[in-house]
Amino acid sequence: MIGALARRSEPVTVDEDAELLARVRAGDQDAFVALVARHHASMLRLARSFVSSGAIAEEVVQDTWLGVLRGLDDFAGRSTFRTWLMRILVNRARSTGVRENRSVAVGDAGPVVDRERFDASGAWMSPPQHWVEDSDDRLQAQALTEEIQEALGQLPPRQREVVILRDVDGLTGQEVCEVLEISEANQRVLLHRGRSHLRGALESKLSAV
Amino acid sequence: MKLLWKKDGYVCQEMVELITDYLEGNLSRSQRRRFEAHIAACEHCTEYLQQMRTTISLTGSLAVEDLTDGMREDFGELYRKWRAEEG
Repeated sequence: MIGALARRSEPVTVDEDAELLARVRAGDQDAFVALVARHHASMLRLARSFVSSGAIAEEVVQDTWLGVLRGLDDFAGRSTFRTWLMRILVNRARSTGVRENRSVAVGDAGPVVDRERFDASGAWMSPPQHWVEDSDDRLQAQALTEEIQEALGQLPPRQREVVILRDVDGLTGQEVCEVLEISEANQRVLLHRGRSHLRGALESKLSAV
Repeated sequence: MKLLWKKDGYVCQEMVELITDYLEGNLSRSQRRRFEAHIAACEHCTEYLQQMRTTISLTGSLAVEDLTDGMREDFGELYRKWRAEEG
């Protein structure tokens, strides 16, 4: 099961973006739609983390693409196209102001695993149970993906943004810092907390009884 | 189970906090050595490490939705609008 799930969607390669971008500049509408299609899911997922509804997230994505077209001459290729694109998206999403009531704190504090699970010396007292892996269980695989999806939605926004960019979209840690304009130390903490939460969410599903 | 870490080694509770930096390659050489020495001697932390890897892999497998025909049309229109703007 784990092996089957490890298959990612086709990695978004820089060269294909550059090629499509050249065609977009030359007036090729199909190339533009292809470029949008390559990044749409990532953009929507990230935008969703900043705004309160799917409809607003879609507006942010559309607005971002218009900004991209208008600013094509500003893209100097110093960062990858995707990093540049995601930065524009984050700026647009933030400036929609829909997020006014959300906390901007780094996230919850404290240990990522309940300290009750360790003894006084810091060794496991209630250790993680082995996760059952069944290579043929597609139903379980489906359930786990849904579990992750749901748990991701419940993460504090800043953790969610980092996990989406790093683990769903596969940006490097440094690219994540650039897109979200956060420090490396901050990125590391948010990623750690986010991933640890997701593991915790899966634990109940997967632990052998 | 007997844990065989040395006095300067990490305890399990520290391991779960270092794990992301380990997986991201952010530990110093000596930290990494201590981390791996603990893993080699502790089946629970080995399991925990595997669970984190599985979690990351599952997160990376979230479905990518395709653009619907309607959305393709919308973005095509957006493009034409921009071209018109550009003159």
